[in-house]
Amino acid sequence: MASELDIFVGNTTLIDEDVYRLWLDGYSVSDAVALRVRSGILEQTGATAAVLQSDTMDHYRTFQMLERLLHAPPKLLHQLIFQIPPSRQALLIERYYTFDEAFVREVLGKKLSKGTKKDLDDISTKTGITLKSCRRQFDNFKRVFKVVEEMRGSLVDNIQQHFLLSDRLARDYAAIVFFANNRFETGKKKLQYLSFGDFAFCAELMIQNWTLGAVGEAPTEPDSQVDDMDMDLDKEFLQDLKELKVLVADKDLLDLHKSLVCTALRGKLGVFSEMEANFKNLSRGLVNVAAKLTHNKDVRDLFVDLVEKFLEPCRSDHWPLSDVRLFLNQYSASVHSLDGFRYQALWDRYMGTLRGCLLRLYHD
Amino acid sequence: MPGKLKVKIVAGRHLPVMDRASDLTDAFVEVKFGNTTFKTDVYHKSLNPQWNSEWFKFEVDDEDLQDEPLQITVLDHDTYSANDAIGKVYIDIDPLLYSEAATVISGWFPIYDTIHGIRGEINVVVKVDLFNDLNRFRQSSCGVKFFCTTSIPKCYKAVIIHGFVEELVVNEDPEYQWIDRIRTPRASNEARQRLISLMSGELQRKIGLKVLEMRGNAVVGYLQCFDLEGESGLVVRAIGTACTLDKLSSPAAFLPACNSPSKEIKEIPFNEDPNPNTHSSGPSTPLKNQTYSFSPSKSYSRQSSSSDTDLSLTPKTGMGSGSAGKEGGPFKALLRQQTQSALEQREFPFFTLTAFPPGFLVHVGGVVSARSVKLLDRIHNPDEPETRDAWWAEIRQEIKSHAKALGCHAVVGYSESTSICEEVCILSASGTAAVLNPRFLQDGTVEGCLEQRLEENLPAGCGFCHIPYDELNMPFPAHLTYCYNCRKQKVPDVLFTTIDLPMDATVIGKGCLIQARLCRLKKKAQAEANATAISNLLPFMEYEVHTQLMNKLKLKGMNALFGLRIQISVGENMLMGLASATGVYLAALPTPGGIQIAGKTPNDGSYEQHISHMQKKINDTIAKNKELYEINPPEISEEIIGSPIPEPRQRSRLLRSQSESSDEVTELDLSHGKKDAFVLEIDDTDAMEDVHSLLTDVPPPSGFYSCNTEIMPGINNWTSEIQMFTSVRVIRLSSLNLTNQALNKNFNDLCENLLKSLYFKLRSMIPCCLCHVNFTVSLPEDELIQVTVTAVAITFDKNQALQTTKTHVEKSLQRASTDNEELLQFPLELCSDSLPPHPFPPAKAVTVEKASPMGEGNFRNRSTPSCANSTVGVVKMTPLSFIPGAKITKYLGIINMFFIRETTSLREEGGVSGFLHAFIAEVFAMVRAHVAALGGNAVVSYIMKQCVFMENPNKNQAQCLINVSGDAVVFVRESELEVISTQQPAANCQPACTGGEVTT
Repeated sequence: MASELDIFVGNTTLIDEDVYRLWLDGYSVSDAVALRVRSGILEQTGATAAVLQSDTMDHYRTFQMLERLLHAPPKLLHQLIFQIPPSRQALLIERYYTFDEAFVREVLGKKLSKGTKKDLDDISTKTGITLKSCRRQFDNFKRVFKVVEEMRGSLVDNIQQHFLLSDRLARDYAAIVFFANNRFETGKKKLQYLSFGDFAFCAELMIQNWTLGAVGEAPTEPDSQVDDMDMDLDKEFLQDLKELKVLVADKDLLDLHKSLVCTALRGKLGVFSEMEANFKNLSRGLVNVAAKLTHNKDVRDLFVDLVEKFLEPCRSDHWPLSDVRLFLNQYSASVHSLDGFRYQALWDRYMGTLRGCLLRLYHD
Repeated sequence: MPGKLKVKIVAGRHLPVMDRASDLTDAFVEVKFGNTTFKTDVYHKSLNPQWNSEWFKFEVDDEDLQDEPLQITVLDHDTYSANDAIGKVYIDIDPLLYSEAATVISGWFPIYDTIHGIRGEINVVVKVDLFNDLNRFRQSSCGVKFFCTTSIPKCYKAVIIHGFVEELVVNEDPEYQWIDRIRTPRASNEARQRLISLMSGELQRKIGLKVLEMRGNAVVGYLQCFDLEGESGLVVRAIGTACTLDKLSSPAAFLPACNSPSKEIKEIPFNEDPNPNTHSSGPSTPLKNQTYSFSPSKSYSRQSSSSDTDLSLTPKTGMGSGSAGKEGGPFKALLRQQTQSALEQREFPFFTLTAFPPGFLVHVGGVVSARSVKLLDRIHNPDEPETRDAWWAEIRQEIKSHAKALGCHAVVGYSESTSICEEVCILSASGTAAVLNPRFLQDGTVEGCLEQRLEENLPAGCGFCHIPYDELNMPFPAHLTYCYNCRKQKVPDVLFTTIDLPMDATVIGKGCLIQARLCRLKKKAQAEANATAISNLLPFMEYEVHTQLMNKLKLKGMNALFGLRIQISVGENMLMGLASATGVYLAALPTPGGIQIAGKTPNDGSYEQHISHMQKKINDTIAKNKELYEINPPEISEEIIGSPIPEPRQRSRLLRSQSESSDEVTELDLSHGKKDAFVLEIDDTDAMEDVHSLLTDVPPPSGFYSCNTEIMPGINNWTSEIQMFTSVRVIRLSSLNLTNQALNKNFNDLCENLLKSLYFKLRSMIPCCLCHVNFTVSLPEDELIQVTVTAVAITFDKNQALQTTKTHVEKSLQRASTDNEELLQFPLELCSDSLPPHPFPPAKAVTVEKASPMGEGNFRNRSTPSCANSTVGVVKMTPLSFIPGAKITKYLGIINMFFIRETTSLREEGGVSGFLHAFIAEVFAMVRAHVAALGGNAVVSYIMKQCVFMENPNKNQAQCLINVSGDAVVFVRESELEVISTQQPAANCQPACTGGEVTT
């Protein structure tokens, strides 16, 4: 006596959060039923496995029908087919666009192309996230990227407006889109200790300070400006960064900078001697990173460079975070006292952001 | 030229991509009414076109206005080839034709295509300017209000309840016309949808004419059905109860939107006669008699054929004159005669209502039903649907005579249905025989003093249980006792009815859903032989269904069934019977005896043991059920009542081969009435099976109750959380050596599993009651059984539910007495609005508290988030006639929609389940959209009358037809009502339906 057909349709669409999670996690109906059985739901409710199977199927069908609408969340709000209370709509959207930390670390900074999509098999095996779930998350990234790619204005606002995500999630997506657009390398072994949150933090700072949108003034001729306001780094700014080279190329300037920093920090730094010994190396590292940013390839390696040139040396000398903060503050501020240095504003725009990033990235 | 229809096409959204190259659509709209068509401009390259058209004006007869639907077609313009249709919207403009309903239809409608489903939405505005038509011989019946609700709609009061109206129209089914071979499935589906829409419009108009003839102004309990007879045609038939309704000048008066003139509300109370007691006594000549006889132009075949001939079959005086109870004897007889005279002018004294104004229902006799098996033949002349008319007339006549046999002059809770398989059709009708108070049937024919005496004589809460028939001359053997409530009148030991539990009935404990399920195999046969085989099987099915019901009722420790609905469905090789009802314990009726099992071979020791084991199990179950449903009637010693003590020797042998020749299937239910202790004799495996199946019905999980009536007896504190749903299951039987037992088990499991699934799905709503659970069963193919369930789950407040039954009883008694007082003073104040306090008095108590200034703040806060970011207003749907915790302030007209959906890519759409799931969701969406466009926020008395599903998986095809109906209404939450009333001056011009507008 097989059920040919078995459906339940409510005037208000029933959403079971637990089943939704299982569906989002990419489990098949039978796996989901097995997982639900294990959760002890049968004992709690006195239901049978057949009831659970039928219920799971119903929910899966509903979610499949909703998925089309979830691809363009404003449609979910205006559609007439499913009557869903607004709070539930918000939950559906938020959960659908929520991603796994493990997954996002694998694709962050990669081109959201078919090529990457082919690698999802490997990512699935590596992370233990089902292929189906990987696909959904990847497609979400790509979809958001495609929609906001050509748009002007604030990246976060655009995402929020077109995908109705919470502020937190919209910021995360802004970071993902920003990383994908600039193709920052995040997968190297050296960078494995960094979390998505670390990168997202950096992305936000960079979007705020290093992009065209950050300058705060709209381009004079709208048509001539093809770059996206928030997604692309300010090319002119990157070009200008070359000028900072003088800080390490000019030996007098470098010495003066060092002595200013050392004088200010003497007695305040636990690792003062290590800092004094390493100052020139560290300064060279930070300035060279800036000077190289004109090349796309070096932009991509930004985080690798920061780790290699600054974070690793500090860590190997066991600098405490407070000392790194003191050093970076002093290091940035002292430049203002270098009379021969003309690029104060440029330096602040660069170091302000970089300091924030480095402090965030400096941990075990 | 009595009407001008104006239509404006505003915009579209979410249109499908029709041009692959540009990923866009060049959409335009055709607006068609009757034979006139207008077109909008093409809006190029957009999925969200803004047409903003001029007003398209159609000048039409009001007859057409009633019959024709407005047809809106959205197309994609194509320069080189034919324009592609995107989809259609049919709008029934009937609600615009009577003044109190909607004044404009405006909103987003889903664009529907029978192959692709919903494809975007279109914003349309429709208005009608009606000119007064003084032509008395008109064919239209504009202005007659229709209600699906089977009680007097809230916010109206009944001045007169006229009685039964019916009509049917027939046509050829487009699906079976020769042209169907050459046209596309889409064209064929659309032809069908359009035809049915036309036919229902015509039907409604004709019914309206009959109502006007009877001098009524409304049809309540309107039930319209389709019979898809296949080759032989398409029948659309409807029944209803004609009434004269007055709008109540209730507290709702401050609520109406600015556009509805408030004068009608003020004026109406003066129209009615404030005190009918002053009317001159004596039998004034009823006017209705005359109006009935001249039907203006067309003669309806049934009326002419049956009015004289058939009535003579049953003596007009009937049981009425001969009956005389001991107590109120002469009075009763007088009452009966008067009522009789009022009712006998009616061809069929039937009422489709299931709930009544207080005092309307005097006595209830029991269920009457009739079935007949007919062979379908082609309808040759659609204008003369005589055959179908005659069939139904025959059945109604039978019902009428059954009611007479029960000493009743009327049938209430009346309904009709059909089941069709190939060329065989089973017609069924059922209702509850009853004695009615003539007061409501006619104006001015009843003496005031009689009325008053009646009120005094009728004890509250048990009057309807008292037998209407003569004790010494009973139509069937029944076991009578003195009423346990008033101790004066006789009552039967069980009562079966098709109506809702009367408001003033005194009930002990809670009720529960009781179902009897049955399958019988039948040999495949053709035509006559088939019909004969079915006719022969029917009495047995009916008998067994009743036995099952009775057993289950006793097993629950209850003594009455309400809302009984027995459905018999016919398939190629089997018959299915499904009876649903709500069991209750009526305080007026005696405690049901237990069930005793008797073995056939008493010598066998082990067998004896087995029997006693079974007996113990049954007794345990009864005890458990009594506890579960809180049935603990007060102990009354038998001597006081002086009722005959049941004799345990009375036993019924349930032999399978009983009454072979009986066509009379009506009163089989009642034939069990005489046994106090019910004895099951286990003489074969079949009976064993029966006993087992009795015990396999699992009670709902704790926190759940279910019933198929409007409200659950014993629960009266509903919260506002409701969830209406439809669930469909189809199972395929393994065709190998099917036996009746295996079939029964399959069917039983199907229904039980379905219920279990519902309980599981709705577990978050506990404590909760499934109300108006409506099961329909059909046999779409050889080995398929389809069960469709529609119901509403309502959460109730557990704490308040702990109120003892005692207080409930007290309350109802108290209420009944106040009702009586009111009635004495204002006999015509039958406002049905005085009834609802019964289902939810606690909710009201809460709202009073909220009426403080603080409540206003609460209200604002609550309404803000709900409308913050969604543009789609919530539309509630419920099969009930009310919305818990809310007040219905306006009826906007009936919703009656018919949809066909077909697919040729079944697998791609998720198989049969995916296909039907999507379709039902779409149907809900279209109903909601229409209600919202009328300015409503809920559908009450919603019913899915038909869900015909056909599949052909080999061809990857499926087709489904769905017919739904209900009343579109505006409701206001009781809590909001209080708030609005406190800030009335400010809120005066505010549309009541959109709660969101109050946000600050």
